[in-house]
Amino acid sequence: MITLSHYIVLGAILFCISVAGLFINRKNVIVLLMAIELMLLAVNINFVAFSRFNHDVAGQVFVFFILTVAAAESAIGLAILVLLFRNRSTVNVAEIDSMKG
Amino acid sequence: MPNLNDIIIMRPEFFLVAAACVLLLADAFMKPAERPYLHWLSIGVLAVTIYLVLAFQPAGPVTAFHGMFILDGVSEILKVFSLLCTILVFIYGRPYLNDRKLLVGEFYTLMIFAVIGVMLLVSAGNLIMIYLGLELLTLSSYALVALNRDSKLSSEAAIKYFVLGALSSGMLLYGMSMVYGATGTLDLVQLHAAIPQSAMPHLLVFGLIFMIIGVAFKLGAAPFHMWIPDVYQGAPTPVTAFVGSASKLAAFGMAFRLLATGMSDLSQHWQLMLAALAVLSLAIGNVVAIVQTNIKRLLAYSTISHMGYLLLGLVNAGPEGYSAAMFYAVSYALMSTAAFGVILALSRAGFECEEIDDFKGLNQRAPWMAFLMMLCMFSLAGVPPMFGFFAKLLVLQAAIHAGMMWLAIVGAVFAIIGLYYYLYVVKVMYFDKPVAGTEVRLQTDFTLRVALSLNALVLLALGLYWGPLLAWCNQAFVG
Repeated sequence: MITLSHYIVLGAILFCISVAGLFINRKNVIVLLMAIELMLLAVNINFVAFSRFNHDVAGQVFVFFILTVAAAESAIGLAILVLLFRNRSTVNVAEIDSMKG
Repeated sequence: MPNLNDIIIMRPEFFLVAAACVLLLADAFMKPAERPYLHWLSIGVLAVTIYLVLAFQPAGPVTAFHGMFILDGVSEILKVFSLLCTILVFIYGRPYLNDRKLLVGEFYTLMIFAVIGVMLLVSAGNLIMIYLGLELLTLSSYALVALNRDSKLSSEAAIKYFVLGALSSGMLLYGMSMVYGATGTLDLVQLHAAIPQSAMPHLLVFGLIFMIIGVAFKLGAAPFHMWIPDVYQGAPTPVTAFVGSASKLAAFGMAFRLLATGMSDLSQHWQLMLAALAVLSLAIGNVVAIVQTNIKRLLAYSTISHMGYLLLGLVNAGPEGYSAAMFYAVSYALMSTAAFGVILALSRAGFECEEIDDFKGLNQRAPWMAFLMMLCMFSLAGVPPMFGFFAKLLVLQAAIHAGMMWLAIVGAVFAIIGLYYYLYVVKVMYFDKPVAGTEVRLQTDFTLRVALSLNALVLLALGLYWGPLLAWCNQAFVG
């Protein structure tokens, strides 16, 4: 029997993986974009699970909005990434450090 | 079914959305020589929206679309001032953008869409609306920060802003999902009613922590301030002015909706969290600003400290504190637009007036600009007859009335430390000799000079005559 807590733990694990991916990653900006997507999907699992177990449909409606916004967000993220690569010829996170202080 | 009344309640938003679409179309068919019309058209559209917000304000709070949208005194004040700041940014930014060939239609439409995001966010009555308003604002802001496509700094600032902004949205959403799980509703008013009888109080507090992290990111409160200095420095200065003014009003609106409208019963939990954020922001903002040599970075760290003061008001968790925090947010928005306005007025083609050294001896070269910058710096520092002083006084008073004397003392001590770097800028302008080869050729744009002078003098005028604005803010939290 799969209970609510199984879903919440799955959501939490995915969320932690994505946060770790954002902070540990030192190589590639594209990996950051993937981590961000994973984070939003972890949230979606939470919403759907709560929605199902609370018998309330609003959470699933929220998921549709999150998916749509995530698509717009990655479009903008990739566009900025293209700009960055054109200006600096690198997508290495460690080399994007011209502003400090 | 939505009825006509709902649409009438939202008429400023509907008008602005329609106008933004028309501007987008108009831009596509305009010849380059007709560009100036777009500028005046955008300003006109925003002015009409301010009129619509003010003219049709109902006496008490009303909701539309089944509680999705709340129209009350708080949303009215925040909308009026964020629209006003956007108009000022358009006026100040035009010569700067024109010199750098960045005066394109995208700038106007993205700014207007961002301000629509602000308007929806401050009127949100539902977690979905908070998220959508926030994303409309931030997605437009990411694109605006990257407006200068050939600049290395601009694209670097944009990617940093994007990654950290998306992280904070993710945190906020995770918190929202937990709160939704504990209460079973997304509506803020129902959420408020459901909190006392929630079966899972631990889940609720867990969600609250994530939501506060999200809010702190958007405000730029330490330790979630990493993006602020880089974005302020890398973005084109008019965009920085927008991110530093209207966005801050929006972040305050979001904090108020989530914490006060939705979760005021959990205030014993969030008061201490906000107090900790406030102390850290005051310390990091004021101390790190001292070593900055770039004026945009200096203003960025000053923003972080000002967000600390704004949090002092929210810590009060009562009408007095909310009113003081909103007064502070409004005063900060006007002060920072004026300060960035001076930077914009001193920049010209091929020369960014960015380093503090560029201000050396400004009084001998442009006494009026030096005077306006001095007004801004005194107001930001909180020197008595200025606007910023009364804003600081009110938030410190709110913290004392919340029984947090120690917090008010910390705030006062860091205000004195902060005085150093604001006065340093004034000292550089009035007592240092100009560096050879940095002769200022002022922007000659007439509207810029008039608007900037008015903006800076208003800081003095409101410092002497602040009663009506404070009464307006207090009124918003009575009903």
